[in-house]
Amino acid sequence: ADTPQKKRGKKMTQGNRLHVQGVFLGYRRSNANQYENTALIKVDGVRSREDTPFYMGKRVAYVYKAKSKKNGSKVRVIWGRLVAAHGNSGTFRARFRNNLPPKAMGSQVRVMLYPSRV
Amino acid sequence: RAGRVERSGAVQNRSGQQLQCRESRSVVKKDKMSSRNPMLIKGVRTYGRSKAYSRKQQWKHEKKEGPKKKERTPKTSVLRQRYVPAERVPKRLKSNLTIKKRKTVLKKGIQPGSVLIVLSGRFMGSRVVFLKQLDSGLLLVTGPYKVNGVPIRRINQAYVIATSTTVDISGVKIPEHIDDKYFARVKNAKEGEEGFFSNQEKINPEWLAKRKEDQKAVDTGIVAAIEKVELLDTYLKTKFTLKNGQAPHAMKF
Repeated sequence: ADTPQKKRGKKMTQGNRLHVQGVFLGYRRSNANQYENTALIKVDGVRSREDTPFYMGKRVAYVYKAKSKKNGSKVRVIWGRLVAAHGNSGTFRARFRNNLPPKAMGSQVRVMLYPSRV
Repeated sequence: RAGRVERSGAVQNRSGQQLQCRESRSVVKKDKMSSRNPMLIKGVRTYGRSKAYSRKQQWKHEKKEGPKKKERTPKTSVLRQRYVPAERVPKRLKSNLTIKKRKTVLKKGIQPGSVLIVLSGRFMGSRVVFLKQLDSGLLLVTGPYKVNGVPIRRINQAYVIATSTTVDISGVKIPEHIDDKYFARVKNAKEGEEGFFSNQEKINPEWLAKRKEDQKAVDTGIVAAIEKVELLDTYLKTKFTLKNGQAPHAMKF
């Protein structure tokens, strides 16, 4: 590929991000109760409810590292899907195969671009 | 149906018969005779089969037996007819009885020659050329191989974004033998344990040669079409990525 060269001579590598970054805000909740089966995700760049339909059904991955190796890797994933919009400001509700651990609150979540309807 | 009874007049039923009506009472009278065998509760009549038979005098109305038909097996005994299963077995909907397999509907933007962005898998981010839809519903795509290293491959349309860019592949003929079976996994010639422990990584050279041949057959026409358009080859070489500040919902592909 024709990659642009920086002045210093360092080759600029092509990024390979095919997901949108998101943050796990917390679980779906009322004031005093929380329902851990549904997570609230804030997706980068989505600020209103009108922008949410594109991401509906998209798969979400919470990627984290652990000490022990499983399947040859220390990196682990919990998969889920964006299930619904939450409120008017572009937040999403997501359901994961296994509920997200509370330590994941505030950490990044990857919103993939598939299953694609475009 | 006669409703509220008028004091003065007589009431007629549908067949024109005058009915005796009680005055000063609203009586809903049925035109027909009330049932001779009323329901006690749902499903249970006052008189059982034999009683109802004699009350209805069914012996009068019974058909005379015609010439004897072929003798049936005991399956059609009286007991059998009265069989009611203990658990209700749901009957399959007629629409489900014959499941017609329809081909997956292609997404709107996918035409032969469309450039697609692969979203997942080994060639994540690659821009590939769509050739045709196979019988299984999967899409047949190619890099082309010389351009970006993607061979002829199958991909599910859910894992692909269709762009508005197209390559003119009207002159390209895709070999007929490239179908779903072509992409089936090659089974190891050695069976059993021997096959399991043998070097499975080895690719059959014959199989590989054929693949290369097919790749060439498909790609030459496509590469020629690509080279006619300015920057199209560079475009196909470049991988799609998201950068900071880019939001796919706002993008036009």
